[in-house]
Amino acid sequence: MDFALSDEQEQLRSQARELLARECPTARVRKIMESGSGHDSDLWRGFAEAGWLGVLVPEELGGSGLGLLDAAVLLGELGRAVVPGPFVVSSIGAVVALREGGAKAQQKAWLPRIAAGEAVATLALAEPPEPRFDAAGVAARARAAGASTRLDGRKLFVEYAQLADLVLVAARSGRPGRAAGWDGVELFALPARAPGLEVEPLVSVDETRRPCELRLAGVRLPAGAKLPRGSKALQRAVDACAVAIAAESLGGAERALEDAVAYVKVRQQFGRPVGSFQAVQHMAADAAAAIEPARSLLWYAAWAFDARPAEASLAASMAKAQCADVYRKVSRTAIEMQGGIGFTWENDMHLFFKRALANASAFGDVEQHQDRVADLAGF
Amino acid sequence: MDLDLSPQDQAFRDEVRAWLKRNLPKARRGRPGDLEAGARERIEWLKDWQRRLRAAGYVAMGWPKEHGGRGASLMEQTLLNEELVRQRAPALIGMMGLQMVGPTLIHWGSEEQKRRFLPRILDAEELWCQGYSEPGSGSDLASLKTSALRQGDHFVVNGQKIWTSNAQIADWMFCLVRTDPAAPKHQGISYLLIDMKTPGITVRPLVQMTKDAGFNEVFFDDARVPVENLVGGEGNGWAVANTTLMHERNMLGSTIGTQNLFEGLLRVARATLRNGRPATQDPAVRRRLAALHVQVEAMRYHAYRNLTANLRGRKPGIEASITKLVTCELNHQIAAAALDLLGPIGSLYRGSKHLVDEGFWLYELMFSLGLVIGGGTAQIQKNIIAQRGLGLPRAH
Repeated sequence: MDFALSDEQEQLRSQARELLARECPTARVRKIMESGSGHDSDLWRGFAEAGWLGVLVPEELGGSGLGLLDAAVLLGELGRAVVPGPFVVSSIGAVVALREGGAKAQQKAWLPRIAAGEAVATLALAEPPEPRFDAAGVAARARAAGASTRLDGRKLFVEYAQLADLVLVAARSGRPGRAAGWDGVELFALPARAPGLEVEPLVSVDETRRPCELRLAGVRLPAGAKLPRGSKALQRAVDACAVAIAAESLGGAERALEDAVAYVKVRQQFGRPVGSFQAVQHMAADAAAAIEPARSLLWYAAWAFDARPAEASLAASMAKAQCADVYRKVSRTAIEMQGGIGFTWENDMHLFFKRALANASAFGDVEQHQDRVADLAGF
Repeated sequence: MDLDLSPQDQAFRDEVRAWLKRNLPKARRGRPGDLEAGARERIEWLKDWQRRLRAAGYVAMGWPKEHGGRGASLMEQTLLNEELVRQRAPALIGMMGLQMVGPTLIHWGSEEQKRRFLPRILDAEELWCQGYSEPGSGSDLASLKTSALRQGDHFVVNGQKIWTSNAQIADWMFCLVRTDPAAPKHQGISYLLIDMKTPGITVRPLVQMTKDAGFNEVFFDDARVPVENLVGGEGNGWAVANTTLMHERNMLGSTIGTQNLFEGLLRVARATLRNGRPATQDPAVRRRLAALHVQVEAMRYHAYRNLTANLRGRKPGIEASITKLVTCELNHQIAAAALDLLGPIGSLYRGSKHLVDEGFWLYELMFSLGLVIGGGTAQIQKNIIAQRGLGLPRAH
């Protein structure tokens, strides 16, 4: 038994922390935020050179061939720096979907380009009127039309669809019915700018992200667009994204607390640092006592995704429910610890607070994951 | 990262598991917290149980061989403890000696003290209690006032201890006393071993809100204690005591105990009706169970992470404080959830008809609140986390 990060993982973490401190301070985050695309291709190229974008891509396809725990280490650092961009959907969600559900030709066409930063991929799952990230939320239709397939429907919260080169769309191919789980839901590789596809950006509280709405009106796909094992891969991709969001949430919580602690050590009131008051100390202690066990759960979930697939869905739901909730609470505490200045635009705390708000519902909200825990744990 | 046990560790766990299945009678398997009853028959059985465990090699496994232990690895000790808790073995009656005073004597004691006390600790021949807290010295333990003034080859002890668990059955007390009233508060303290039969000692039971009388007040009135019972030198008691306070926090925060408790809650939920159906079919109940389950599982993996860090030789830090803080609160919340499920039935206590689990959940709700306070209150743990962990300045 050895429940710790490896030396290589520790090394990856310190390299990532160094690179992001240098290349992506919050001043740059704010610039990217205020740009139209919400994406910085120079920064992205740097991530590709560091091997991050292909962290889960097999080595023979130009990636690093690492596991989700390695990716979680990286995501923790990306979360600490509130880095904008499509990392979660492209390098985690789409890569897992293609890797586990795609045909050889699809993998060869996309995975090397995603790893090299030449292509961005995204996932289209949730739909109105009840946007959710599981099979129950999918009503979009895929119908055979001669040799091609015709896609119709609407999608919500498709991250970075406005600049993505590839959209993986979940749609029902059979008769609309009540099939259990992901049965009957297929995954289709839709190249950007296909006729009949309309993309409209939404405005998120978290301006470091770019969720979009998609309208699919008779979009025609060639026969090879369907992922042969898409149905099975969907759950894996959603689980991987849930763990990824959990990982960046925890990284964000950790950084928000560190910043707040640093502030209360120097801020003076009543002739002494406010951090010497127990009212303030106990807020910080509660935050630390929430973060550390959640980190252990996260490590387990990320490790189980590769090492114990039978436990992976339950583990992912537990980690997502816990870490996203911890992030909400800790980022709020971190604002309160800093008093009025924590409430200002100039202070960075709102970046974390808003990311936490968006992360809370990304790839399943806390209550949905709790329901799933109850189901999978057999209550 | 690897959660599988090595073949040797697995073999050891299987051996312990099989031994306990064979040797621990069903009637003696208790629920967590159910350790307070002091009936004579039970005490004798528990002493005998410790001797049988010892004969099997399962007592004080971590002690060095020359002192009667096995010099076992931290991993083996953990596996043993996990299995004992998992199979709901009663806590060892000699726990205070084995976990607190024994390791202290091995580290600080004279050869004569080791020879005199350690074998009797191992065999439960002598039971120990801890004399730390006083009526005026709880969280601020170092302000303690019980005095021990040197008179020839004796210390004369006067004062009062409180919350002394098992003082009514203990043969000895390890006690913090003030030997130098003029010294700064941490430096005037000494660690003294006191025979509970010494004239001038009075033990008075304190009845808890659970109606049990597990702890006591102990009064000292000119009790004469030989100077050879001093451990670690005069004025060194604070350092001596600190070597074992960490053990206490580990003891109180057993994550396997919390897992057992949650399984118990799940059994209650399955057996309790809500609107005519098992409560586990109620969506609100399922969510509450899931929220608790997630926290219980987080603590399970947190314990693995801490164990790994300890195996790799990490010095004890704030981890024991986080575990104590979170686990004790979680236990209390699990009991609260069970009582909410039971509704009015949950408000019935020992002796009533219609009890579920013999009234355990109400007992556990109260007992676990005691553990939120005991062994360093939740607030003291937060001070430790903030000051030692996060480096925030002390308030003075």
